Amino acid sequence: MEQVIDIVLLAFMVVTAIAMIRLRNLFAVVMLSGIFSLLSAAMFVVLDAVDVAFTEAAVGAGISTVLMLSTLALTFREERPATRADWPALLVVTVTGAALIYGTLDMPHFGDPDAPIHQHVAPRYIVDSPHEVGPPNMVTSVLASYRGYDTLGETTVIFTAGIGVMVLLAGVNRRRRADRERGNRP
Amino acid sequence: MITTGCLLVLMTLALALLRAVRGPTVYDRIVAVNAFGTMTVLLLVLLGFLTDRPEFQDIALLYALINFAGTIAVLKFVKYSNLAGPSAAADHRPRSEGDRIS
Repeated sequence: MEQVIDIVLLAFMVVTAIAMIRLRNLFAVVMLSGIFSLLSAAMFVVLDAVDVAFTEAAVGAGISTVLMLSTLALTFREERPATRADWPALLVVTVTGAALIYGTLDMPHFGDPDAPIHQHVAPRYIVDSPHEVGPPNMVTSVLASYRGYDTLGETTVIFTAGIGVMVLLAGVNRRRRADRERGNRP
Repeated sequence: MITTGCLLVLMTLALALLRAVRGPTVYDRIVAVNAFGTMTVLLLVLLGFLTDRPEFQDIALLYALINFAGTIAVLKFVKYSNLAGPSAAADHRPRSEGDRIS
């Protein structure tokens, strides 16, 4: 039964992606991207990656839909139709995709207990994290303690990106307000 | 019986997805996405019982909350054209009918 659910969810994701490419109405595309991230979060739960599913549901389905909508409020709601087919771009995308698929051929089989990721530091985390760090959830102790500097760097990057976007948007808003005032007194 | 439930929920997901892709108006799509979120919550709960691990149900709860907040945000955007409310931008360019977007 789980395999049936896997196949159906992946088929839904393919249908959603194709519909997102074909639709010109950007509001519908944002709605469909919400559906896509709900589907991928369900997929993560099926794959037992519960914490990733949490993040995907909160960020993908919640915040990014809202962010996309506020972007739509600042820009256009219809996608401009493509004027010509861009063959070199298609070629680059195809070659890159083929290289990535070729790269996965060397990867260990899904769920293989002998895979390097399960042999390197994971056993130490599993054995030592309860009395070294404390929290019952090992993912939390890896993120907050063993890779604490890494997480600090990530938050710094995201914080800086947020400040940059806010500065850019403040400029846009000020210019629009100035234009509007100039337009009101002819 | 849980298997039958899963199959039925998957069928409902397909119908909601169809409506979100086809839906001519904005409101069709919003309702379709909302129904899709609700069905995902149901599917996660059923999946927990199917694999004998019902402790993952708190994710389903989180989905229900996010679904609600997201729908409110989308409806505010459709109604006021921004997420802040009826104040600043809506006064200058009144565009309160959401049908314009469809």
